[in-house]
Amino acid sequence: MSAIVLNEVDPKKRRTLVIGGCALGAVAGAAVAVPFIGSMFPSERAKAAGAPVEYAIDKIEPGQLVTVEYRGAPHWIIRRTPEMIAQLAKNDALLADPASDGSKQPAVAKNPNRSIKPEIFVVKGVCTHLGCSPTYRKELAPADLGADWPGGFFCPCHQSKFDMAGRVFKGMPAPKNLDITAYRFEGDNTVVIDADAKEA
Amino acid sequence: MSNTIKQPIEPPIAGPAGKLIVWVDQRFPLMSLWNEHLAQYYAPKNFNFWYYFGSLAMLVLVMQIVTGIFLTMNYKPDAKYAFASVEYIMRDVSFGWLIRYMHSTGASMFFLVVYLHMMRGLMYGSYRKPRELLWIFGCMIYLALMAEAFFGYLLPWGQMSYWGAQVIINLFAAVPIIGEDLAIWIRGDFNIGDATLNRFFAFHVIALPLVLLGLVAAHIMALHEVGSNNPDGVEIKKDLDPKTGTPRDGIPFHPYYTVKDIVGVVVFLAIFSAIVFFAPEMGGYFLEKPNFEQADPLQTPAHIAPVWYFTPFYAMLRAVPSFLGSQFWGVAVMGAATLILFVLPWLDRGKVRSIRYRGPLYKRFLASFVVSFLILGYLGVVPTTVWGQVPHAIPVIGGIDTATIVSRILTAVYFAFFLLMPWYTKKDIPNEKPEPTRVTY
Amino acid sequence: MKTTDRSFLTAFCVSLGLLASGSVLAAGGGDVHLDSANINLHDQGSLQRGAKAFITNCLNCHSAQFMRWGHLTKIGLTEDQIKANLMFNPDTKFSDYMTTALNAKDAQAWLGKMPPDLTLVARVRGSDWIYTYLRAYYVDPASPSGWNNEVFPNVGMPHVLHDLQGSMTKAVVGEKESHGKKEPVTKLVMERKGSMTTQEYDMYVRDLVNYMTFMGEPVRIKRTQIGVVVMLFLALAFFAALIVKREYWKDVK
Repeated sequence: MSAIVLNEVDPKKRRTLVIGGCALGAVAGAAVAVPFIGSMFPSERAKAAGAPVEYAIDKIEPGQLVTVEYRGAPHWIIRRTPEMIAQLAKNDALLADPASDGSKQPAVAKNPNRSIKPEIFVVKGVCTHLGCSPTYRKELAPADLGADWPGGFFCPCHQSKFDMAGRVFKGMPAPKNLDITAYRFEGDNTVVIDADAKEA
Repeated sequence: MSNTIKQPIEPPIAGPAGKLIVWVDQRFPLMSLWNEHLAQYYAPKNFNFWYYFGSLAMLVLVMQIVTGIFLTMNYKPDAKYAFASVEYIMRDVSFGWLIRYMHSTGASMFFLVVYLHMMRGLMYGSYRKPRELLWIFGCMIYLALMAEAFFGYLLPWGQMSYWGAQVIINLFAAVPIIGEDLAIWIRGDFNIGDATLNRFFAFHVIALPLVLLGLVAAHIMALHEVGSNNPDGVEIKKDLDPKTGTPRDGIPFHPYYTVKDIVGVVVFLAIFSAIVFFAPEMGGYFLEKPNFEQADPLQTPAHIAPVWYFTPFYAMLRAVPSFLGSQFWGVAVMGAATLILFVLPWLDRGKVRSIRYRGPLYKRFLASFVVSFLILGYLGVVPTTVWGQVPHAIPVIGGIDTATIVSRILTAVYFAFFLLMPWYTKKDIPNEKPEPTRVTY
Repeated sequence: MKTTDRSFLTAFCVSLGLLASGSVLAAGGGDVHLDSANINLHDQGSLQRGAKAFITNCLNCHSAQFMRWGHLTKIGLTEDQIKANLMFNPDTKFSDYMTTALNAKDAQAWLGKMPPDLTLVARVRGSDWIYTYLRAYYVDPASPSGWNNEVFPNVGMPHVLHDLQGSMTKAVVGEKESHGKKEPVTKLVMERKGSMTTQEYDMYVRDLVNYMTFMGEPVRIKRTQIGVVVMLFLALAFFAALIVKREYWKDVK
């Protein structure tokens, strides 16, 4: 006689018990996965290093670009000249998304200038195509960019072009305008870049 | 090479999952592996409490590997940053504390489980023919595990990490002639330093885990080749059911032992979690207090002791006096104490395997062996002065501290268990009880 | 289970138990009797007072280099409260570690060595040890600093809190027999009163030690909370596993 006798098996009961046991096991597995997956998100140190960045803007000359590092990425603060601002309105026909409907920016900067104050332009200096940092080409009609270049940003990696409000031109590899990280003014003189700020 | 594809098996379950299994099985020995190691691996039906620890050891191994991988993501093997990176894991990494406590508790629990697993082997004669190689693979796992634990213990770069490694590496300096150079070669520096930490990290996270996994695979393959022993020590393969050709006292590992082992796993996890969540330091035995202080090469802690799982051997090391001006004898005794396990299958002359049918001598020797091992473990934790000094120097044995003399006697008992085994197991044969033909259940 | 197995298992458990109790005795056996600090990590008022005491008295010379100012939110303080009441250096950022203003070179010159970091001292020494230690200073003209300590003989640090506690001296109050020899029995007596009563000072030190215990492992409360949930789940899982096992093992004859 063998050690296993299957004459009092209730397959239905057994099935229920196994499914119940597996369900409990699945709950346990999911619960165990939480800390391990959680540990791979930015630590408190990384979050602390990603704290808001402040920058005093009074030293920025008209037309000058300064680069500020925020969460490991270049962020530009530019004091645009009145000519630059005037030019922006004439670019619309050349642009893929002139009203920035499909682009990322805080609501306060969703306007033709893509900024809170028209002259101060704050933008994340990372191409929306594959993450290179574009170069600042404020001069009009240089030899390499053509006679109708209105001034803006040019990405050396795959030749995407953006205007002085970070709006992408038509037919470029980059799909949308440059991202604008949330920022605010503290007093008249200080820009605070803070991606986690709640929009007022 | 033939282009013909293996005949499809009957789908074991209905629906697309069953079809997938058939598809895979035609290209990979899925069902044969499943059957060989689980569904048609026949294990004796009379496993008791002691038979949980094999699967539990596997569970702890997996936990150590997984938690280890996640610790590696945030740990820095650099003498300057190692200690701080551990505190970073404990404080800043989300759930880092849990992963670290699981790993530190896992280390101690691994040894606890392995010691109980080995105890089972001694009680039921699981090392006896034809399981000699199975036993030897197990001994190699134990040695690899000790090395793994030793290398890992340096990584937090606390005071105990540093001075523990200092003492153990200096044991190698006791080797005659080449000792000094050997110790320098192991450290990669004149003292324990960044180079030592880096190489210990490499051994701990990749070299020894690979060795361990290979040995565990060999251990299981050897087990499934010869089949499991059982508390009666009766060979179930000798008694086959003529109809099915399977052992009459055997039951398929899956589902019967999988469901049984899950119960053991849950109980084990309850004990494990109780330690992790409520007493991760375990009174200073799992995480030693001085290890919360960064390594300081200029200052030794007041009392240093290895982690509890090494202490029986550490006590033996301390018990052996230096002889002919060399410390080497203590090291040799400590090494012999681990290596002697390998020859155990050839020392045993008894006719029966299990302690249930052994004669009185074996029981007494095994009992005194276990007691010696435990007391040596205790004496390795405490200073040698713990029991004061003997009032008069004893001839021959000599020594001053009572604990040292006790350690010497117990070391002798430890070795007597092995070295006298051919004699006492043979003498025991007339007093052995007859082994039954079938297992008792 | 056969009787032989059972007697072995029993013997095994009994000897493990004996060893464990022996080890506990050995681990607890110090030279000095330690008073219990009676810490309570759920007492946020105590933790907050302790944090203030730590920052005012200790952080001038000792660092807490693994402790972030921001972690103080775990004892019930808001970012603004921490910035306003506890962070005295305006250059310090909320995300910074609690480092000390004392640099290693000055420490070497003034004190002979850098005072140890205190982040983990409660885990190294134990809460009761710190509690007893901070209440065991006495005047000792023979010591370079003028102070000595019952718990930590020849300690390098002077009694920083003597304005609060007052200063004690060691007085001989009797004699006792030990190993056939007469030894003097000493006791610390208050020589000059401080600004606090003994009771107030004990409470002050208790709060400080409570905070230092928190600082050694800020996650401790959360750890035990999660632990309770895990244990309850495992209790449920145990019964589920047992039912499944019994169901299948009905087949085994």
